[in-house]
Amino acid sequence: MKKLVEIVAGVGGGSLTATSVVEEHLDRIRTRDGEIHAFNLVTADQARKDAAKIDADIKAGKKAGPLAGVPIALKDNMCTRGVETTCSSKILQGWKPPYDATVVGKLREAGAVIVGKTNLDEFAMGSSTENSAFGPTKNPLDVSRVPGGSSGGSAAAVSAGFAAASLGSDTGGSIRQPAALCGVVGVKPTYGTVSRYGLVAFASSLDQIGPFTQDVRDAATLLEVIAGHDPLDSTSIPQPAISLVPVLDHGVKGMRVGRVTDLPEGCEPDVLERLEAAFDALRNAGATIVDVELPSLQYCLTAYYLIAPAEASSNLARYDGVRYGNRVDAPDLNAMYAATRESGFGEEVKRRIMLGTYALSAGYFEAYYGKALKVRRLIYDDFARAYTKVDAILTPTSPSVAFKFGSKTDNPLAMYLCDVFTIPTNLAGHPAMSVPFGLGADSMPVGIQVLATTLGEQSMFKVAAELERAS
Amino acid sequence: MIKVSRLARLSLGPEQAEKMTAQLAGMLEHFRDIDALDLAGVEPMTQPYPIKNVLREDVEVESLNREEVLGQAPAAESGRFRVPPIIGFDV
Amino acid sequence: MSENPVLPNGWQLVVGLEVHVELATKTKLFSASVNRFGDEPNTNIDPITLGLPGALPVLNKHAVELAMRIGLALNCKIRPCAFHRKNYFYPDLPKAYQITQYDHPLNVDGFLMLPGEVRIGIERAHLEEDTGKSVHFGGSSGRIHGSDYSLLDYNRAGVPLVEIVSRPDIRTSEQARQYVAELRAILLAVGASDAKMEEGSMRCDVNVSVHRFGTPFGTRCEIKNVNSIRSVGRAIDYEARRQVELIEGGGVVRQETRHWDDASGRTETLRTKEDADDYRYFLEPDLVPLVPEQSWIDQVRLALPPLPAARREMLAELCGVDKNGESAIVVVERGQDDYVREVIANGGDPRRSVVYVQQAFAELGPKPRVPAKDLAALTILERDAKVTSTQAKTLLTELIEAGGGDVAAMAAKRGFEALDTGALEAMVDAAIAAEPGAWKKYCDGEEKALGALVGAVMKASKGKADGKAVTALLQAKASA
Ligand SMILES: [Mg+2]
Ligand SMILES: [Zn+2]
Repeated sequence: MKKLVEIVAGVGGGSLTATSVVEEHLDRIRTRDGEIHAFNLVTADQARKDAAKIDADIKAGKKAGPLAGVPIALKDNMCTRGVETTCSSKILQGWKPPYDATVVGKLREAGAVIVGKTNLDEFAMGSSTENSAFGPTKNPLDVSRVPGGSSGGSAAAVSAGFAAASLGSDTGGSIRQPAALCGVVGVKPTYGTVSRYGLVAFASSLDQIGPFTQDVRDAATLLEVIAGHDPLDSTSIPQPAISLVPVLDHGVKGMRVGRVTDLPEGCEPDVLERLEAAFDALRNAGATIVDVELPSLQYCLTAYYLIAPAEASSNLARYDGVRYGNRVDAPDLNAMYAATRESGFGEEVKRRIMLGTYALSAGYFEAYYGKALKVRRLIYDDFARAYTKVDAILTPTSPSVAFKFGSKTDNPLAMYLCDVFTIPTNLAGHPAMSVPFGLGADSMPVGIQVLATTLGEQSMFKVAAELERAS
Repeated sequence: MIKVSRLARLSLGPEQAEKMTAQLAGMLEHFRDIDALDLAGVEPMTQPYPIKNVLREDVEVESLNREEVLGQAPAAESGRFRVPPIIGFDV
Repeated sequence: MSENPVLPNGWQLVVGLEVHVELATKTKLFSASVNRFGDEPNTNIDPITLGLPGALPVLNKHAVELAMRIGLALNCKIRPCAFHRKNYFYPDLPKAYQITQYDHPLNVDGFLMLPGEVRIGIERAHLEEDTGKSVHFGGSSGRIHGSDYSLLDYNRAGVPLVEIVSRPDIRTSEQARQYVAELRAILLAVGASDAKMEEGSMRCDVNVSVHRFGTPFGTRCEIKNVNSIRSVGRAIDYEARRQVELIEGGGVVRQETRHWDDASGRTETLRTKEDADDYRYFLEPDLVPLVPEQSWIDQVRLALPPLPAARREMLAELCGVDKNGESAIVVVERGQDDYVREVIANGGDPRRSVVYVQQAFAELGPKPRVPAKDLAALTILERDAKVTSTQAKTLLTELIEAGGGDVAAMAAKRGFEALDTGALEAMVDAAIAAEPGAWKKYCDGEEKALGALVGAVMKASKGKADGKAVTALLQAKASA
């Protein structure tokens, strides 16, 4: 399967056509997505038109864009003008947004070819893509296992070669965890780096868009394109995208990499073994491994599962059957609201709306949401202290390799524990990425997570590139 | 829980309500772990990256096309969105 | 403290007002969609206005500036502030939350002075977004109760509002009316809003309570839908009487929201405190704090035009009228005081200049197209008794219709020529001679008899005599 950078070089240099590249990917989708179900929608016709246009432009002597001819899949929670955007929810099924998300505009401008919208846990709430209203996505490496979530479709699409790259969104690990489970690279950038305009909100202060790719260089290339200030997002950091590709070959000599001494328990031995191997690889490449303490890490799950549902309960209140999406008719307005939301939302979404509504309600606000915000500060401060000593931190991405379907669906808390290593990053607003680093149990891939401080993407990518070289 | 589901405009069947009440009670119990923390004087963190004063000039853009937007609505009439009678609201 | 004339002895009225004002921006508070009244439904909409999934708010700088103008004009402190979400379901609220300011408003702790140096405290003046509009169809009344369905227009959704909350410092319905009128004049003066109550760009909620002097404040009721200055007074008087009667009859006032029905002149229960929604306020995560820098505040303050009170005082002094009198109030409210100054600078008679403008220039806006020198000339014609006051009114109408002109020529064309004092006196003497009965009655103090005498003079002069001058002459002769 061709890498993103190979396609860009080939299409730009004339040795490949965008059309042939897109056809190759559409072929794989046709052959195998019936089984995998990475996509909610394949936009084959539009993709062919877009590819033909790129080929014509290049033939006419126009400069090729930085993603010329690259087939990209979008998580189905990013708005695409006139193209159905569902969040894998019945409540939005059939909705065609009248506008494009900022990232979508950037991709088009860079010459990328959007091949479709990928499956997710409904409204990005979940860690296995089993919560999709349209059925689960399967892990291309073993179809009896989940691809992770919530961006399971985007991870599977890259893993199966349906797209050279894809975009996901990460609120508590929803890019990194499925990347780890599907054996691809997944990046959650610093909060505010990639515009959220047009990303259907789950938890506004945690959500961030990022890339899935086959390797670290592809991820750096794609992130450079989608990052950068957007005046339509008030939380967008007012500075240009960080340059990443040039640092990939710098190595890690002299870098200090943190090992968390008080890592939450519950991680499988095969995964811990790969983590040790990763530290060894970095040490061999000239990095120093430094112990760091993050005592508040154990409270992350609580803080996250109060803050994210609280914001979600408000963000998802707009799905009321009035302006867009689906309605269940009823004789009066209040009955219509209740019937629409009852039938439109799946169980996990309802659970989180209930939890979040409760955490914000009069009499409970201070005990739950208010307290969670203070815990968030403690976590942030813990990281700030750690990053005075180290340039990056290594943890597992997920406590285990990809698990079997249905193994956690009856116990929401067990499912929430999948995110125990990824959540802290979202709370702190920091960047983190998952890099495949060998195999664990049942020969399934293990992802190592590289964390860095706010806007520390260069350090993060240096370490990730080194791990990739050693794996 | 009934108050919460009313606030959230979610009608849950009796079975579902019971199951969810039990699940949420379990979670809230688990979330009591933070009660042990001394949070006096800790500033709540509401924003991951400190930015302030993000302002836009007062310059207009074109409106969305009304027919395109109403075409996506569950019910519309005379250029407007249509909803069932508003009762159960004291307005 | 003066007692409210509508309340029985011993009772005091306590009123606070919450006034919502739509700001005169080009676009909405958080989106670049147009802010304009009266357009076709749903033609000023965008993803943010409609609360479409994925849309994000960005704060309008000009709205902040107008809110700061209001705050400064109301002597408020401008503070670092933030936005919260107020969560509730209603179809005119597209996101199911209103973005508003909660515990950190932009403007706090100001005051507004009413005529007679009555100081009304301003608790806060904060920024928030307006809702859309619903219209109810079917059923018999066209009102919400009993309707078959409702239709929604989101043009108004997201329009910037400033909510101005007074302290409960108002003690009479007259003060409440003055407060709203003065606030309106200030909003117009600083260009923050067109403040049209009839179009809903200025809306009043009135909090009313009563208590016996010397006892703590009573429970208050909030009255909504008070849509004119006159209704403010009527609603307060009605509600105050209702509360006193209720208490004197052994009842208690419940904290509730009431609806003012202008047609019946009554307030009625809308909702009680118990079924108040739980708004679950929390900090809006899609926005960042607003911390106006001192240099910005200073810049807005320096650019602030003179406020109505100061302008009325200046105008009153220049024209020799009462600063709280109608002509000063009306002319300043219309923004025509600069024009009056210009008329006077062109030699106009000061008092006549302001009165003419007050009486005849209602539709002409701050910059009437009648040249100041022409109006000045007219005031002089009347002052010098070259034309009568009735004739001057006719000429004024003509002047406005023509957009200016040579008033002396206009007067001549209409045959308005001055009667000199000698000629007038001769006519008066002739009238006395012709109506001896009436003259005798008038001299005996029967005022009614004056009409016949003046009428005779007017007839003799073919309408050229000035009624006022004739009366004055007759009075002088009778008392001589
Ligand atoms: Mg209010
Ligand atoms: Zn308000």
